[in-house]
Amino acid sequence: MGRYVARRLLQMIPVFVGATLLIFLMVNVMGDPIAGLCGERSCDPATAAQLRREFGLDKPLWQQYATYMGNVFTGDFGTAFNGQKVTELMATAFPVTIRLTVVAILFEIVIGIVLGVVTGLRRGRPVDTGVLLLTLVVISVPTFVTGLLLQLLLGVQWDWIRPSVSPDATFGELIVPGLVLASVSLAYVTRLTRTTIAENKRSDYVRTALAKGLPRRRVITRHLLRNSLIPVVTFIGTDIGALMGGAIVTERIFNIHGVGYQLYQGILRHNTQTVVGFVTVLVLVFLVANLLVDLLYAVLDPRIRYA
Amino acid sequence: MRGARHAGWAAAAAAGALAAAACGGGAAGPGPGVLSSSWGDPQNPLEPSNTNEVQGGKVLDMIFRGLKRYNPRTGAAENMLAERIETPDSRNFTITVKDGWTFSNGEAVTARSFVDAWNYGASLKNNQKNAYFFGYIQGYDKVHPETGAQTADTLSGLRVTGPRTFTVRLNQKFSTFPDTLGYVAFSPLPRAFFDHHTDWVKKPVGNGPYLVRSYTRGFQMSLRKWEGYPGADRARNNGVDLKVYTDTNTAYTDLLAGNLDLVDDVPAPQLKFVKADLDGRYINAPAGIIQTLAFPYYDPRWDKPGLEKVRTGLSMAINRDQITDTIFHRTRTPASDWTSPVLGTDGGFKAGLCGAACTYDPGRAKKLVQEGGGLPGGQVRITYNADTGSHREWVDALCNSINNALGNDKACVGNPVGTFADFRNQIGQHKMQGPFRAGWQMDYPLIQNFLQPLYYTNASSNDGKWSNKGFDKLIDRANAESDRVRAVRLFQQAEAVVRDNMAAIPLWYQNGSAGYTQRLSHVALNPFSVPVYNEIRVG
Repeated sequence: MGRYVARRLLQMIPVFVGATLLIFLMVNVMGDPIAGLCGERSCDPATAAQLRREFGLDKPLWQQYATYMGNVFTGDFGTAFNGQKVTELMATAFPVTIRLTVVAILFEIVIGIVLGVVTGLRRGRPVDTGVLLLTLVVISVPTFVTGLLLQLLLGVQWDWIRPSVSPDATFGELIVPGLVLASVSLAYVTRLTRTTIAENKRSDYVRTALAKGLPRRRVITRHLLRNSLIPVVTFIGTDIGALMGGAIVTERIFNIHGVGYQLYQGILRHNTQTVVGFVTVLVLVFLVANLLVDLLYAVLDPRIRYA
Repeated sequence: MRGARHAGWAAAAAAGALAAAACGGGAAGPGPGVLSSSWGDPQNPLEPSNTNEVQGGKVLDMIFRGLKRYNPRTGAAENMLAERIETPDSRNFTITVKDGWTFSNGEAVTARSFVDAWNYGASLKNNQKNAYFFGYIQGYDKVHPETGAQTADTLSGLRVTGPRTFTVRLNQKFSTFPDTLGYVAFSPLPRAFFDHHTDWVKKPVGNGPYLVRSYTRGFQMSLRKWEGYPGADRARNNGVDLKVYTDTNTAYTDLLAGNLDLVDDVPAPQLKFVKADLDGRYINAPAGIIQTLAFPYYDPRWDKPGLEKVRTGLSMAINRDQITDTIFHRTRTPASDWTSPVLGTDGGFKAGLCGAACTYDPGRAKKLVQEGGGLPGGQVRITYNADTGSHREWVDALCNSINNALGNDKACVGNPVGTFADFRNQIGQHKMQGPFRAGWQMDYPLIQNFLQPLYYTNASSNDGKWSNKGFDKLIDRANAESDRVRAVRLFQQAEAVVRDNMAAIPLWYQNGSAGYTQRLSHVALNPFSVPVYNEIRVG
C-alpha cells in the first residue's frame, strides 16, 4: 500500500509539470498581459516597458516558466496586477469554493445515491420512470438556466433566499448554489447508481444473502450497495475537481467570489499570475482526488489490493 | 413501499435545506441611513494617479476632493480646495490652497500635499497609469523619459512657495489647464500615503466627504460619512457600502429582491423591462462617453488620399437612429459631432457639426464609396472585443446597415476578438486591418479632452495613428488662447478638420443608467455616469 502511494505520488510529478507548462503557454498565447493591465487606455511606452521588466515579461518564455516554477516551490505564486499576492487571493477564494463543493458533493451523495437505490430496486415502476424523466430534464437543461430560474423564483418571486451570496458565503447561503452546481452530476449519479444496483440485484451473492434470511435492509446496505458503489465513487471523485474548477457559471450567477470568480477575472484581464496559480492548485486537487478514489476502491472491495 | 419512504425523506431534506437557506435573507441596510451600491473590482490599487477606470474612480470621487470639482449637474469646473489660480501668460500658474482643509486623519492639506502627490504620479519608477496627465508640466521628460532611466525624481515645474501656495510652470501654453485639475489624478495625498504605503492602499485615507471604514479586496468596501468634513458638499446619508458584483445581471436581480439599493449599470437585456420593474426609479442620463469607429492609418491601404470619401461614405451608410433605438433602447443617442452633449454648447458641444456626413443617406453613401475608389480590399472588417458590452449586436446591425446601403452582402463583416485585453493588445501592436471599435470616456469635461488625446499626432490614445498638421496647429493655438470663447471656437475648427477627413466615424453618445430602490431619493448621475453619492438621501 505504502509503495503504491509512493509510486502514484511520483507519477504525479510529470503530470503536474506538463499541465502547468501547457497552462503557462496557453495563457501567454492569449496576448500581452500588459495590454490587459493598462485597460481601455494604453499605457505610455515607458511605463509599459518598466512594468514588463518588473513582471519579468521581457525574458524568454522558458525562462519565465522556470522562474515561476522555482517560485511556486517556495510558496510564492507571484503578485496579481491589482497589487495583491496570488496566495492572498487563494486564501480568500478557496475556502468559499471548497464550501460550495462540499455542499454540492453532499447533494450528489445523499440525493443522488438515495434516488439511485430507490429507482434501481423498483425498476420499471412509476417511481423509476418519474425519476428517470426528471434526471433527463436536469441533464438537458444548461446550468445557467437552472441557476437563473431558481434565483428568480426563490430569490425575487417567493423571497425565500437572497439572490446573491454575501462575502461570508456561509453553508446556509450556499445550499441553493450548491444544488444548482450539483444538479447535472446529481442526475448522473442517480442513473449510475440505478444501473449498477439493478444489475447487482440479480447476482448470486444477493440471492444467497436473501436465502440466508438476512433482513432486507442489511442486504441492501451491506451487500448490494457496497458492491454497487465503486463506479459511483469514481465518478464523484473525479467530479470534485470538475466542480471546483467548473463553478465559474454558478459563481457568476450567485455572485460567489470563489475560484471561478478569480479565474474569470484573471482571464478577462490577462492576469497570467492569477490564472496559472489557480489552475496549478486545481491540477493538484484533481491529482489528489484521483489518488483518493483509487485508495477508496480497496476499502469498498476487499478483493482489490495494492502492492 | 420502503423505496417510496426513502424518496419522501429526500424531499423532506431538500425542503428543510431551503427553509434553512431562507433564514439567510433579511433587510438590505446594514445600518440606518446607509445605502448599498453595486461595484466592480478596481483593476489597480486605489492610488489616484493609478486609477483610470470607473470603478476605482467611483471610490476616489467619494474620498478625495481636489483643487477643482466638476459640478455634478453642469460639468463646469468649480473651485473646491483652490482659493485662486492665477496666471499672467497661460503658462505659469500660481495656485493658492484654501485654509482649513484637512485629511480625515487630521493632517492639514497644504501646498506640499499636492506637489508631493503630483511628483509621485509623474515619476516613472512608480508605474502610475495616469502619469501622462502631468506631461504638460515642465520637467516631465526628465522624470518620465520615453526611453531609458529617469534623471530626476521631481518635476522642475512645481515649486512650493508657501504653506498654502505653489507655482506650476508648463512646457507649453495651456489656458484651460486649471480646468483639468478636477481630475482625480491631481488629488492631494497625505504623508501616510508615502510613509506607510502598503497600509494606505489597504485602507485609503483622503480628504473627501466619506472615509473608508473597511475594505475587503474583491468583495466589499464600507464607506461612512466623515463628520468632520469641512466642505459644503457633505454627505446627506450615513454611508455607502460598495459590493462587488461579477455580473451586472446579478446586481439587478438583487436590486429587484431588495438586497441592494442602487445599481449604476443596468444590463442591456433588462433595458426592455426596467421601466416596469422599477416604476420610474430608473435614470437614463447623458454621460461623457462617445463611441466611434477608428481607422488604422498605419496601414497604407487606409491612408491613401481620396479615402476620406470612402470613410465619409461608410459613415453615411450607418443608420444610427435605428440602431440606437432597437438595440440600445435609447440609452445611446446618435452622434452628430466628436464630443459629448455633457459639455454643453458653451463648452464646445455642437450638435450637427458633422452635418450630412453623419446623416443616413444610402444613395450618396454608395456614390461616395465608389468615387473614393471602393472599399480597400473590397471589404471592411470591423474589429471589436466580444467579451463585454453588447458589441456583437451593434456591430452586426451596423454591418447590415452598410451592406444594405452599398448593395453588397459582403461589404462589411464583424471581426470579434475574444477578450478585451487581447483586443487592446492587437491595437497596440498595430495589427488592425480595418475599422475598429473605439470608445472614449472623458477625463474632464473639456472639448480639449475629446480631441487632443485622440487625434493629435502621437497622442496617448491616438490608436489609429492619425496625423494632420492643420489639426495639430489649431489645437496648439486653441491651447494657447486665454479667452475661453475663442479657444472653444478654435477647438471646433480643429474638429471640423477631423470631420473633413473623417478621421474617425462618430457613432453615438452613451448614456449612464442607474436603478434604485424605494428607500432612496435624490439619486442622480454626474457627467462621468457615476452616482452623486453624497447627495443621496436614505429613507
